[in-house]
Amino acid sequence: MSSTLKRKIASVVLIVGLFVVWEVLCLAFGVSDTVLPRPSQIFVTLWQRFPALWPHTVQTLYTTLLGFVLGVGIGIVIGVLIGWSKLAYDVAYPLLVGFSSIPKVAVVPIFVLYFGAGTVPAVLTALIMSIFPVVVNVATGLATTEPELEDVMKTLRATKFDILWNVGLPRAMPYFFASLKVAVTLSFVGSVISETVASNRGIGNMMMIASSSFDVPLVFAGLFILAALGILLYGVFSLIEGRVTGWAHRKTEFAMG
Amino acid sequence: MSAAVVPFGQQPAAPPPSAGPAAEPIHLDSYVELERTTVTYGREPNVVRALAETSLRIAKGDFVALVGPSGCGKSTILKLVGGILRASSGYVYVAGREVDAEPVRIGMAFQNPTMLPWLTIRDNVMMPLKIVPPFRGEYRRKRKTEFRDRVEALLAQVGLKGFGDKHPWQLSGGMLQRASLCRALVHDPQLLLLDEPFGALDQFTREELWSIMQQLWITRRPTVLLVTHDLREAGYLANRICVMSARPGRIVDDRVFEAPRPRTLAMTYEPDFVAMTQRLRELIVEARTDEPAGSTA
Repeated sequence: MSSTLKRKIASVVLIVGLFVVWEVLCLAFGVSDTVLPRPSQIFVTLWQRFPALWPHTVQTLYTTLLGFVLGVGIGIVIGVLIGWSKLAYDVAYPLLVGFSSIPKVAVVPIFVLYFGAGTVPAVLTALIMSIFPVVVNVATGLATTEPELEDVMKTLRATKFDILWNVGLPRAMPYFFASLKVAVTLSFVGSVISETVASNRGIGNMMMIASSSFDVPLVFAGLFILAALGILLYGVFSLIEGRVTGWAHRKTEFAMG
Repeated sequence: MSAAVVPFGQQPAAPPPSAGPAAEPIHLDSYVELERTTVTYGREPNVVRALAETSLRIAKGDFVALVGPSGCGKSTILKLVGGILRASSGYVYVAGREVDAEPVRIGMAFQNPTMLPWLTIRDNVMMPLKIVPPFRGEYRRKRKTEFRDRVEALLAQVGLKGFGDKHPWQLSGGMLQRASLCRALVHDPQLLLLDEPFGALDQFTREELWSIMQQLWITRRPTVLLVTHDLREAGYLANRICVMSARPGRIVDDRVFEAPRPRTLAMTYEPDFVAMTQRLRELIVEARTDEPAGSTA
């Protein structure tokens, strides 16, 4: 117990230390704030311009979460189909790998072409970013059911749905929740990319505008907000994961997508 | 105590007159019947014959042990009877009907207890009641009352009283195996298939579970098919012992072993018993070295 506490303290010290070193180096070498602003300047900017930053933050969080929820929904459906049926797996997997290997930035212009700049392309980019890790992990979880357990269920004349519902899905839960952590950070990335390319709101857009007017502290303030949101989302889903699938972490570590 | 050798293959081996899947079994007195059954895996030219033409009849309420060298197709027979595997040729009947079509309740336990880690021991044991008719329809209504009592009674019988609320990781291997036996028996199966259920346990736990298993069989009288490597186990538990040859498996020896019940562990050290297990051991050693040609075609 004390050793985990020590580690937590150490990691806080590391973060604070990084900021201190950054601050000191900037002061020592007289780095201009149009090149690299000091952390203290960034925090001041965050504080002073908070009313202007807040709507952008809400917009980014909104597109991220909406895209994430939709993406996870679609991901579960595809993952279950693929993990459940060997045929679906064999048929659909190459296509899925193809889709997933397309750099997601490349599809943003297409979304903009279809839906115009703004919220919709950001949501869609967040959506497609979050689908794949969910699909892979849910399918893996379903596919790794012990054959002996399936034999037990078959001798009980369980239907495929019985097996899926009672064995496959609960067994896939740790994989699913592990994938949520990854998926939520990815949809966040997707949202910001889309905002950077084509939007008039959101942190990504705000950072673009700030950088074109050489307001570097504001750019970094945007970066800090993104980091904070990313940590927040990851933390929330880690917490949920620990609560829901605690049984899985007593024995084995699970793969992340 | 007698150990009568029953030569095998003397049954009238006439196959059902190609009547298709709805064919009637020949021997209505037998509960489980394999009729010239074979199992092959793969396609030409890489065919693996897992089970050579095998016929086997098991009477209702009997306790039969299958012994033989590893990989000889013992588990294949179990899977055929359990309806997990389909025969490549021949027939498998359970309760006078072709397997798959029959409404027989089957319980199964393996060397690995395969408990679901997210459920308590009680919910694990209750799983068959959730799946198998007629319990299935009553599950929601009775799981907190009648079914719960049923599971508790069974757990108490195998020495797991009070462990119903524990999760599988909180139990030892022997305890999990007890729970696995409970799961195999909770829906009152007419047919119990055991695939080396005591194989991974230490000697003392194993012998304790033999005695529990014997008690359960005496009180409930399911038809049991036990696959094992342990000849003492086969002799202690079974009424009849079938020895299988190396792959492709076939039954090379089939003997009835009659000894009064309940049997004791002391019995397994008596000269007659030791002589029988010695004889079985020789048969298995022969079966291992006597590899028939063309086991892979």
